[in-house]
Amino acid sequence: MAATSGKTAGGRSRSASRTKGGAAKQAPAIADFTKEQELAAYRHMLLIRRFEEKAGQLYGMGLIGGFCHLYIGQEAVVVGMRMAARDGDQMITGYRDHGHMLAMDMDPKGVMAELTGRRGGYSKGKGGSMHMFSKEKQFYGGHGIVGAQVSLGTGLGFANKYRENGAVAMTYFGDGAANQGQVYESFNMAQLWKLPVIYVIENNKYGMGTSIERASATTDLSQRGASFGIPGEQVDGMDVRAVMAASEKALEHCRTGKGPFILEMITYRYRGHSMSDPAKYRSKEEVQKMRTEHDPIEQVRKRILDNGWASEDDLKGIDKEVREIVAESAEFAQTDKEPDVSELYTDILL
Amino acid sequence: MPIEILMPALSPTMEEGTLAKWVKKEGDSVAAGDVIAEIETDKATMEVEAVDEGTMGKILVAEGSENVKVNTPIALLLGEGEDASALDAAPKAAPAPAAEASAAPSSPAPVAAAPVAPAPDVPAEPDAPEGTPMVKSTVREALRDAMAEEMRRDGDVFLMGEEVAEYQGAYKISQGLLDEFGPKRVIDTPITEHGFTGLGVGAAMAGLRPIVEFMTFNFAMQAIDQIINSAAKTLYMSGGQMGAPIVFRGANGAAARVGAQHSQDYAAWYAHVPGLKVVQPWSAADAKGLLKAAIRDPNPVIFLENEILYGQTFEMPDVEDFVLPIGKAKIERKGSDVTIVSWGIGMTYVMKAVEELAGMGISAEVVNLRSIRPLDIDTVIASVKKTGRLVTVEEAYPMCSVSSEIGYQVQEKAFDWLDAPILRVTGKDVPMPYAANLEKLALPSVQEVIDAVKAVTYTA
Repeated sequence: MAATSGKTAGGRSRSASRTKGGAAKQAPAIADFTKEQELAAYRHMLLIRRFEEKAGQLYGMGLIGGFCHLYIGQEAVVVGMRMAARDGDQMITGYRDHGHMLAMDMDPKGVMAELTGRRGGYSKGKGGSMHMFSKEKQFYGGHGIVGAQVSLGTGLGFANKYRENGAVAMTYFGDGAANQGQVYESFNMAQLWKLPVIYVIENNKYGMGTSIERASATTDLSQRGASFGIPGEQVDGMDVRAVMAASEKALEHCRTGKGPFILEMITYRYRGHSMSDPAKYRSKEEVQKMRTEHDPIEQVRKRILDNGWASEDDLKGIDKEVREIVAESAEFAQTDKEPDVSELYTDILL
Repeated sequence: MPIEILMPALSPTMEEGTLAKWVKKEGDSVAAGDVIAEIETDKATMEVEAVDEGTMGKILVAEGSENVKVNTPIALLLGEGEDASALDAAPKAAPAPAAEASAAPSSPAPVAAAPVAPAPDVPAEPDAPEGTPMVKSTVREALRDAMAEEMRRDGDVFLMGEEVAEYQGAYKISQGLLDEFGPKRVIDTPITEHGFTGLGVGAAMAGLRPIVEFMTFNFAMQAIDQIINSAAKTLYMSGGQMGAPIVFRGANGAAARVGAQHSQDYAAWYAHVPGLKVVQPWSAADAKGLLKAAIRDPNPVIFLENEILYGQTFEMPDVEDFVLPIGKAKIERKGSDVTIVSWGIGMTYVMKAVEELAGMGISAEVVNLRSIRPLDIDTVIASVKKTGRLVTVEEAYPMCSVSSEIGYQVQEKAFDWLDAPILRVTGKDVPMPYAANLEKLALPSVQEVIDAVKAVTYTA
């Protein structure tokens, strides 16, 4: 039985990032953030948090249809990695994708308008919450089939190597997807051909309603590449500094031609799997404990205040700016028109 | 009695081969397991080992002989205590006519040539202007040349799949490509269809132009989610921002005696899905012109080949950069009494049937669909309006087949022109059996095509 102790999200230990299985060197577990980095991380994570809260609200009003999977609680996982990445690095993920798009600097208006199915959405209203893309921002979706993005992301890495462009494909998937067969087919090829791909496993402990312990024979997902010789680390995914440090190391590994790297981000989603999930599979206390003790945004906020890098008022100012951006996106998403009916038959073939 | 050594069948579809070399000569002693000869099939050069021991008595088929039929006696082996006088007692083996004809030194063709498929007297719709020089090509060579030409033209085109590189292709389609383009662009994959299909689609989304070879489309079932959900739908789901310029190609449908899991025709499956193009070539010209078009196409294209057609030789226009439009059918033969629509290997039954029908005074117009999606229904309708009768021919299962769709569209658009019910000749509604007699029954036949035509023309 694999031990699961010591992998609790938000562990305060300085060794939040652990390398196993490969020859990768031990990197500093936690990046030392400057004032500017702390403030940037705070703002970016807050934008995702407020955006998702608004999306939940619009869903409740019937303005967003279908499935809507919120990212609240996991913000540090995309923001920390984006801070370590370069322009040109690609990102791809599954259906819980709003945070990833905002992390890649996609326009919140375009994302929210896609959620409401309007013509100004990133996919002209034809993709929806789970299927959004931005070629300009190097965001490759937004995929609704669990695990499919892992092979696709491996293909992005293949293209990078083919073109020798130095870019890395940041390929996100969850603990649920980690049991799909094509994940391992992809691991094999990525290591065989030394493709620049970071497999980011967002372990939020539940694949829909099934806990990882009930779904996975081994729960240390960072070691899922061991049989292919892919190094992997577990990272405190609630600490944006740990995420950034681990990402820098993994990106360096990929950029120097050493092949793929696995980062298992131990994280937690506060909301249900989707908006229609009553979340009966876990206790309210469990969720509350995470929120109060390990919240990724609160951690940054506290450090900023403790260091005297900003005042409460300064942070309120950031909060206000973020709320304005989100309000603007919600306004646009409600007033923008639905796609023209002629769009039904466009974009099927080129 | 000397032992007859027969020309062996070295692959499921081999009917004949070239006796490339005799390793043992007359008078040599032979032990079981010794290599006695090298035989070139359409796929590979294989060594033939002796089963019995003895002395090589007489070589019946000379080195270099082409088109030696399977089971032709190629040599006589003398057993223990037998001498050359025993050879006279041997049953007179009828020498293979082809072997005699080509006993003279022949050019070392890389693959054995099969007889030219029966061509209509006058091509109804030439693919090139009249007077264009023609060249003979197998479907296999046409496919290889199409890929090579497009890879020379565009550095973003690459080929990946199982055994495409060092093995030179499981069916020798990619012969020579590794030598010319190197391992960066001709890539052997592990046996991992789901994974490499997704990888290919991802590379296409990033702007490369992959050609993904499935050893057969039966194996693509493991990967069909990536083909449908990722390749076909992304352009729409992204509002036109990114699609997947990718070709999925390989052998599709029945080969010979490979049973239920290796014999299915998937044309209707893929043709069902918006966002895909589906092409099913018959001749070498179809294969070359359509594959070049598929590689240039910015959309995902399913390119359904057939193992039995690979070795068949056709006349095709000898022009530089021969590209055919996807979505356009070809009238292979003009006629007035009945329209026969077919595609892919279905055409082989049709072209034999129309010769016999002509002898019976029935003039059939033959439409070779070439593409399944987009479906060139206009060409079919125009022909049906002329003949008033329609028979479709395909090897796939009948239920929800391409024939079903054609039948539906024709009754919708040309109901008043029909003088008889539309009939279809298809594979039977059963998993492909292994037994030779049952397999034959499961596939369409020339006679079934003739019977269907007689039925719709009310011919006794």
